[in-house]
Order: sequence, then structure tokens, then C-alpha cells
Amino acid sequence: MKDESVLEMRGIDKSFPGVHALQGVDFTLRKGEIHALMGENGAGKSTLIKVLTGVYSKDEGKIYLEGNDKAVEIRSPQDAQRLGISTVYQEITLCPNLSVAENMYIGRTENMLLNWKKINSDTDKILKSLDIPAKPTQQLGSCSIAVQQMIAIARAVDMECRVLILDEPTSSLDEQEVAKLFKLMRDLKAKGVGIIFVTHFLDQVYEVCDRITVMRDGKLVGEYAIKDLPRVQLVSKMLGKELDDMADIHGEQTAYDKGADMAPVLEAEGLVSDAGIKPFDFHINKGEVNGFTGLLGSGRSECVRTIFGADRVTGGKVKMNGKPVKISKPIDAMRNGIGYLPEDRKIDGIVGDLSVRDNIILAQQVLKGFFKPFSKAEANKIADEYIKLLSIKTASSDTPIKSLSGGNQQKVILARWLFTHPEYLILDEPTRGIDVGTKIDIQKLVLKLASEGMSVTFISSELDEMLRTCSRLIVMRDRKVVGELSGDDLNQSKVMSTIAGGDK
Amino acid sequence: MSSSNNKATSKSSSAGLGAKIKNMTDTNLLLTITIVVFFVMYIGAMIIQGAGFLKPQTFFNILNANAALIILSCGLSIVMITGGIDISVGGVTALISMSCAVYLDYHNGNVATSLLIALAIGLAFGVFQGFLVAYLDIQPFIVTLAGMFFARGMTTIVNTAPFNVANEAFVALKGTRINVPGMGSVNKLGKYVNAYVEIGVIVALIVVIVFFCILKWTKLGRSFYAVGGNSQSALMLGINVKRTRFIAHVLCGLLAGIGGFVYFLHVGSGSASHASGAEMDAIAASIIGGTMLTGGVGNILGTFFGVLSLSTIQNIVASAGLDQAWWTGITRAVMLCIFLIIQSVVIARKKK
Amino acid sequence: MPNNSAKKLNGTNALQNLFRNQIFIPLAALLLLALFNLIMDPSFFGISFGYNSLGNPVLSGSLITILDNGSELAILAIGMTLVTAASGGQDISVGAAIAIAGSTLLRVLCGTNSRPDTLQAPIIVAFLISCVVAMLFGAFNGVLVAYFKIPPMVATLILYTAGRSIAAWINNNELPIISEPSFGYFGSFIPGIPIPTPFFIAVICMIVITLVMKFTNIKLFVQSVGINDSSSRLNGLNPELIKIMSFVILGLCVAVVGLIKVSRISSINYSVIAKDIEMDAILAVALGGNALSGGKFNMAASILGAYVIQFLTTTLYKYNVQSDALPAYKAAVVIILVVVSSPVVREKFSKIWKNLKAKEVG
Repeated sequence: MKDESVLEMRGIDKSFPGVHALQGVDFTLRKGEIHALMGENGAGKSTLIKVLTGVYSKDEGKIYLEGNDKAVEIRSPQDAQRLGISTVYQEITLCPNLSVAENMYIGRTENMLLNWKKINSDTDKILKSLDIPAKPTQQLGSCSIAVQQMIAIARAVDMECRVLILDEPTSSLDEQEVAKLFKLMRDLKAKGVGIIFVTHFLDQVYEVCDRITVMRDGKLVGEYAIKDLPRVQLVSKMLGKELDDMADIHGEQTAYDKGADMAPVLEAEGLVSDAGIKPFDFHINKGEVNGFTGLLGSGRSECVRTIFGADRVTGGKVKMNGKPVKISKPIDAMRNGIGYLPEDRKIDGIVGDLSVRDNIILAQQVLKGFFKPFSKAEANKIADEYIKLLSIKTASSDTPIKSLSGGNQQKVILARWLFTHPEYLILDEPTRGIDVGTKIDIQKLVLKLASEGMSVTFISSELDEMLRTCSRLIVMRDRKVVGELSGDDLNQSKVMSTIAGGDK
Repeated sequence: MSSSNNKATSKSSSAGLGAKIKNMTDTNLLLTITIVVFFVMYIGAMIIQGAGFLKPQTFFNILNANAALIILSCGLSIVMITGGIDISVGGVTALISMSCAVYLDYHNGNVATSLLIALAIGLAFGVFQGFLVAYLDIQPFIVTLAGMFFARGMTTIVNTAPFNVANEAFVALKGTRINVPGMGSVNKLGKYVNAYVEIGVIVALIVVIVFFCILKWTKLGRSFYAVGGNSQSALMLGINVKRTRFIAHVLCGLLAGIGGFVYFLHVGSGSASHASGAEMDAIAASIIGGTMLTGGVGNILGTFFGVLSLSTIQNIVASAGLDQAWWTGITRAVMLCIFLIIQSVVIARKKK
Repeated sequence: MPNNSAKKLNGTNALQNLFRNQIFIPLAALLLLALFNLIMDPSFFGISFGYNSLGNPVLSGSLITILDNGSELAILAIGMTLVTAASGGQDISVGAAIAIAGSTLLRVLCGTNSRPDTLQAPIIVAFLISCVVAMLFGAFNGVLVAYFKIPPMVATLILYTAGRSIAAWINNNELPIISEPSFGYFGSFIPGIPIPTPFFIAVICMIVITLVMKFTNIKLFVQSVGINDSSSRLNGLNPELIKIMSFVILGLCVAVVGLIKVSRISSINYSVIAKDIEMDAILAVALGGNALSGGKFNMAASILGAYVIQFLTTTLYKYNVQSDALPAYKAAVVIILVVVSSPVVREKFSKIWKNLKAKEVG
């Protein structure tokens, strides 16, 4: 484009089996700007970055570098590096057991023998010029995460990168560390490097970025200058809801408000875990559906994990039906009638090689005890019952769960917890990555369960799902609870402005 | 706010014990511990048990008896630094001893060719195992466990009965003693006897120095550490991870070849039961010398002192009157167990 | 997906289903070995009836040897399968642990005198004590693996190194000899019954494990932990405890084998007893088609695998392979097994297979 662009991506298209991950996405990065790439889960931003860094090959589209008319092909991460596109990931991709200087230079030459004096003095120069507080001979692992992050950036810069991608670099940093990182980013910007900044923290976007590109469902929503896009607008664009059409949805869930005046099933006070959330209070009534909302990474999953004892609980009091209980590991929670469908289905949910049947009975089987297995006939009967109840599509109850589709796997996990007949069920992103039909099935099921007296906490990245199902929303930002909405406040604009926080 | 403060304090507390240690690399920290442990042990033995340990030759005998183990342990350290393991070295040593013995005595071979045979056997094991581990991505433990059994079995197939080598040139080489200048002691007859080392010790010292330099200063050496530290990161940094793993196993094989020949030179015989448990000793020495099982941390110098510590403690146990055979095995296992647990605690701490 | 295709049954698919069944692997190996022997020397299958030196009726022949020695392996394979499934690694200290269990047994039977004229304790008491000792050592391995997160093979290296020394230490390095004839029954024949006792012991173990798997959740829990540690924890399981349990069960199996082993010679040789048996036990698990990296397991296939290994051993002996040379052949079998089952090689094969098919069609 007219400004001196360092990178132009035009009409990028990428499909995976069953998913059209990128649909004709355009993206432009100018020289010396910090450009935020925003979007919720499944928006396609990480796919776009992987196409740019050569991890994935694109199906269609062209990539131009620094105004060259000729499109470039990026086939591997090495290709990308040679073309001056460097990435710094959330997890440090350096070797913590090597020295700072070694991390800067290893893998960059073909020479057998290395001139360590030169490498150390060169590293020293770079570290000084970028004001990074580290010594070349220091072991990388002894630096703070922020400094490691900066060293990764320094390596990228020293390899003469023109495009620097920072993929959620700040998620494990504290405030001072973030400040240091931002200073470095501004320095680089002044040197003419184009920076793509991926983050979930809105405050940070408004602090350092010049422009924002918003993506949703694999499509480009738009590119905006930072001053043209107030926070609430940004949130609404990420969630895909115009501020004006927020009124209609409310009212649907009034029928389930009855939970509000029932006795609390679970009350928690000052609950905190080692996963980095601030202490929070929480309660849920009988037959109530409530939810944690907030952008990805705001700490909503960590909160429910703490309630279930999945992370190490470091403080707080919990009462079930008025009686104090101690929940320090999942089995404690289960014995108290709590069920938990985890966010990451693959890692925390399914037991891949086991059959659908075994996956369904697993939790109840653990509760029943080691010496009381279900007989084969019982297990089959239970499995068939739930397969029918939730219309799980599987060849038989003997099929390994890993060969089912995502939505059906999720239903199996749901069946697992329903079978334990919990008093209180936590559903963390039960609708992620599954087809629309199943999503609606699950929402309906949640409401039905609540009407039968079960309490449910529901978490979803999709706001309208939350508004449709929950009668009370706990809003989170930057790993702490920032508000609680119910009744008339349950509308999109109010939720979004609470999520966005800060100045309107 | 409070949580971010917590994080900051926990970070600084986990970083190290003090400012000096904080700035030390893991490798150097563990190396220092090993060297200190060795000297404390040896000097303690000199003070408490006196006589035997005061003679320089006692120390050089430890070297003479363990030259082969030092070389084998160096190979193991390299593989362990890349995050792998090789338990075939003991079996390979036995196979080499037997093959060389058979070649020298039954086929009237010459010593130089027998050295070549030793190297070829070691390299063959290294290349084959390295290929399976690096390029076919099979667990190194299973591969080298099979390698160990294969080598032991082959030893018997080459020749069943143990026998001493009578080849003249070889016996002459075996008997060669190199005096250590300025070191010696007065024997019972009142005669001054110079302390000596065998040829194997010279070879072992050269191996230690060469591989110490390779690991510390060359690109290849640093790649071993990078791959062991975090293979995913190493890939991102542009290192050929598979090739690095492969080379580590080949080097370990080569060193098993050299070590096997040195062992053969020391014992001068072939037997299927030679070097039994040598792989365990080598692993134990590497671990005691500060090589982390998880890879990425270790030092050849540490391994050298690891071997010395291991045999010193056995000498101490023996001269304390606990000379029954089983004490050796139990002492080794206890030491290995202690250091393994220390490592696992260190790793667990770091992860926090 | 494989199930969908299985529904559209035709001749080749039925065959494929048989191929997919885990027990097919040891079965095929068994048939192959049997066929080899049948062609080379059918007398391999001959069984003769006679009387041993004690005047008991006994059956003898290669097949009886397989039944006899394979039973030890089968018992070990039960425990090894569980350890492999739960921890994704193998216990290489079983041979050393058998030495410890056997030594304990003899120590209790002999008391202070290494050559007693009468037993100093009932055999059952001695056996139970050796069980406890073996299970304690199993628990030691299990704790290292589960709580200290040391890879199983390295953790068990400790006991592998020290075990035989500990065994010697238990008996003060003396070699006790039991003169009581009834002690010998466990490793040879019960008077009047011509089939070797170890086979009956193995059958009892198999029945016990079958009942345990039927009346407890051991199979579900062990598999679940082996497949997905994190998910198992979130379902209320305690993965550490389950791993330790699998090692303790292996300890029990070790004690049983220890009884058979010392009963065979009514004495013990610390450095030779159960030598290299860990290799055979691991091999049995692998030959049973169980993934050595843990997860799902098939106990029957492992047990059959154990007998197949013994079949191989006996066949090799028959062709005058020395006992010390056996490991070389078995190592070759292991390498072939792991190479063929490695994902990289499988992928390559399936690619070549597809290409061939494509060519046939085209």
C-alpha cells in the first residue's frame, strides 16, 4: 500500500479437514509500527501467523515483502527467518541451559569452531544497545522470563528481521516486566522494524499499538487505527456483535432466573490457586446457571479449576450446602457432588485409546471405588443409554473415543459427568470447536438440567451463548473478577463494557 | 497486584542460593559439587585411614583400574547430555575384549589391527543404535538394552571359554609402565619406588581433555547441550536435532571402542563376563559427575571426577573392613539412588 | 472410521480384523515357530512318560520344558504388563528382585543355620515374608517412578545394580541348602502328578489376575493412567498410587517366581538365578502386541507371549545354542519388533502400501 509496507498478505486461504481456517484474509504491516492482531478462539490468528512463519503452507493467496512486486514463498521456519520474519512465542523457544551468548548465536553458522570471544563481545554490544539487563556468559535459565523474552527478541533483531511477530509474549510477565518489554518494542519500532503483536490483554494493546487488525471465524473483520476504535467497539468486533442489536436476546432466560432465590449449593470465599489468579469469592444457588466471562486468558478457566481442585488450591474457604468442606484434589470435589468438564478436551478430557463406554463410566467408576466395577452388561447398558440420550454418533460403544469427531467426544465427556449425577456441574468451553447443531443441543441440555435442580457454571467464548443460558455472569479481566452482572444488566453492551473496562 | 508481587518474589527465591551461585550455570554448579565431594572424600580417607591413601600409587592405581571406565563414562555423558542413554557399553567392552583376544591368539594378529577391530565394533554399535534412536525415533533405553544383550550374546558366540592373551607384542604393551615424575614412595625394603601409570591412563586423560574441549567450545558440543536442554527450542534455533542425536550415539560407540580396547589392555584376557555392570558404573559416574538424566546439563571433567569418587568410596568401604563382595554393589546403588533423587528434586524445584 | 469400514465386510476385511486383534501377533509367532520345528525335526513335539530319580511319574519332552519354564515367565509377564501399561516403561530389576525374594525365602526357612536338617519355619510363612519383601522393593521402584518422576528403566537400574548384592547379604553370602523334599515340589513335580508344578502355579496366577480384573477396576484405571495421566487425575484417580500399585503387583509376581526358582535347586546362586529374565519378560509384553510406551494392554496376549519366548528359547537350545549366547538372538528379535512397530517405520510402510495400491488401481 501507499505507506511503506514491510509485509503484505493478500487473500490468504487455508483449510484443514473439516475447517476453513482462513478465508481470503488480507493483512498489511507497515514499517515501524506495532500492529495488534486480535480475535477470540478459532478466529484464525494463530493459523495466519503459522502461514506467515512457514509452519503451515497456505492454500491460496500471496505474500509480498517490503513492497517487492514478486510474491515470496515461505515453506519452512528457516525460510521465514532468511526472509527476515522472526517469531517470539509465548513459551520461550531458547535453551535455558545454555548461556545468553550461545542462545544468540547457536544454529546460525556452519563453522565447526566458534570464536567465543567475538560472540561474547558481539552479544554484549547488542544487549547494551537494546538495554537488556543480562550478561553474555550468564546461563539463560537464570534470567527472568521477561529478560529471556527480550533475548529471544534480540536474537531475532540481530538476524536482521524486518517483521517481528510477538505471539502472546506478555502472558507470563508481571507489570514491571511488561513495561521493560514495551520499552524494547518501542525502541525497535523507532529502528523501523514492523511488529505484529498478539495478545489477550486489551490494556496492553491500547498502550503500545498503532493499529489493530481484528479477525473472527477465519475472516478479516477490519483494520483500524488505534484512535478510531474504542475498547467497547473492539470487544464487539471480536465477539461479532454490534452494539446496537443487543437488546433482543435478553428475556429468553428469565424463565430460569428462579435459581436466584434458592439456597446456595456452593459458596467460596477468597479462593486462590497457584495458577496465577487473584483470590475470588463465588457462590451458586440450586438450579442456577451462572458463568464466568471475559476474554481468553482472563482467568476464567483458572477460577473453575480452583473450585474443582484441579490446580493446587493455596487458600480460601468452601462451603457445600452450608457445610464447610475441603477440596484439594478432584476426587474431593467429585465426592461433594461436583462435576467438571475441562477446557482442553484432548489433554484433560478424553482418554483417547479407551472405548466410548469406558470413557462414559470412568468418573462414576472412580467414585464407586476400586472394588466395585460395573459388570460388562451394566456398562454396556449405561453407555447405550447415554449414547441415545445425547445422540452421540459412534459406530458402537466399543469404538475408541479418539476416532470420534470433536463434538461427539465432548458429548461423551458430558455423559461421563451426567452419569455421576452431580449437584453442581462446571462446563468449561463445552461448545468449543464443535458444530452448530451440537452447540445448541448442549445449551438446551444445560437449561434442562437446571430446571431439574442442578446448578451449572457455564463458560464460553461466545457471548450470546452465555447470555442465552446464564442468569448471572461473573466478569473477569486480567486474572481477577471485575464485576458481576445479573437481571437487567445482562445485555451485550453492559457485558462488553465490563470486559473492556478502563475508559470507554 | 498482590499476585504479581508473589510471582516476583517466588522467581527471585527460586533463582538460587546466593548471588554467586545464581550466576553459575547448572553445569558448573554440579561440577563444583562433584569436585568438592571427591576431594573431601579423598582427604578424609587420607586423614582417617592414613597409610594406604597417603601413598601416591594408591591414587594412580585408582586411575589404572578405572581408565577404561573413564572413557566409557565420557561417551555416556555425551549421550546423556543430549537427553538419551546407552546401556550397551559394558557388553560392547566384553565383545571387544573377546574379539581382540581371539584375533591376537588364535589368528596371530598384530596389535594395531586389533585396535582397529575394537574401534570398528564400537563404531558399528554406535552407528546402528544411533540410527534407530535418532532417525526411527525408538526409545534409546530399549535399543541399547537390546544392544547390550546382543553384545553379551555375541561375546559367547565368538568364544565361550575365558582365556589370557599370550601374544608377545600385546603382553609387552600391557606391561608398559609410565613413571610419574616426582611422585613415589619408599617401600617395605626401604627402596624408593616411582609411582607409575599404565598406557590406558594416558589415553583416558587425552580423551577427557579432547572431549572436554569439544563439548565446551565447538558448535557440535554446544548443540549437544541445546538438544538435551530443549529439543524443540534447539530445532527452532536452527540445529539439526536428529543429526546431533545420531552423532552423540556414534561418539559414544567410538568411545566404547577405545574404552573397550583400554579395558582389554588392562585385563589382558577375553571373557564373556568382562565389564559386567560397566554400563551401570558409567551411568552412575556420569550422574555423580553432574550429568542430568533429563539432558542438557553435564561436564566431562565432572564425569572424570565422578569415576574417581565412585572408586574412591569403594576403596574406602573396602579398607574399612567391609570387603565382602556385596558391599560394592550396594554402595554403588546407594550413591546412584542419592544422586538421582537429588537431581529429581532439583528438576522439580526448577519447574516451579 | 476403521469401524465403519469393518461394517462393509468382505473377505479381506475379515482377515484384517484378525490381523488387528492383538493376540494375533503372539499366535502367529507361535505358529511360525511350531512350523519351523515341525519341518526341521518333528521329534521336537514328542512327549515321553517316565519316572524321575525320586520315582515320581513325569512327562518329559520339549513341550513340557516350555510349559515348565514358560510358566515362570508368564507369571512375570502379568506384573510387567501392568507396570508397562501404567508407567510407560519397564522394570529391569525383576531378575535381581527374584534373587532377593528367593534369598529371603531361604533365610526364613533356614534360620541361623545354612544347612538345617528340619525347616525352621513353615514354607507358607517364609513365602509370605518373601512376598512382603518383594512388594516393598516393588514399592520402592514405584515411588521413584511415581513421585520422583524418574523414568522407570533408570529408576529400576538402582535395584538392578544392588539387588544381587542385597540377596547375597541377606544370607551372609552363604549358600543355604534345603534338604526337605517337599520344598522341591514347587519347582518340579508333586508326587503322582506328571505335569510340572510351575504350570499349575502359573494357572493359579492367571485365574487370580482374571478374577482381579473382573472384580476390580484395575484394568480400567491402569489403562486410563497410562493413556492420559492428566485426564485421569481430573476424573478423581490418583495416578501416582496406581503406578506404585502396578509395581507392587509385579513385586508379588517376582516373589512367586522366586519360590519356583529356589525350589528348583533347593538352593540359590545369587549371580545366576533368573539371569537376564527381565529381557524375556519385557519381550513377552512386546510380543503380546502391547505398546511399550504404555496404555492399553491385553493380558492374555502377554501371557501367550511369554510361552512363545520360551518356545523360542527351547528351540534355540535344541540347535545347540549356548545359554550365554541366547541373549544375542533375543536381542535381534527385540530390535525387529521395535523397528517394525515404530511409528516412523509404520508410516513409511503405509505410504509404500498406498502407492502400491494406487498403482494397482491405476
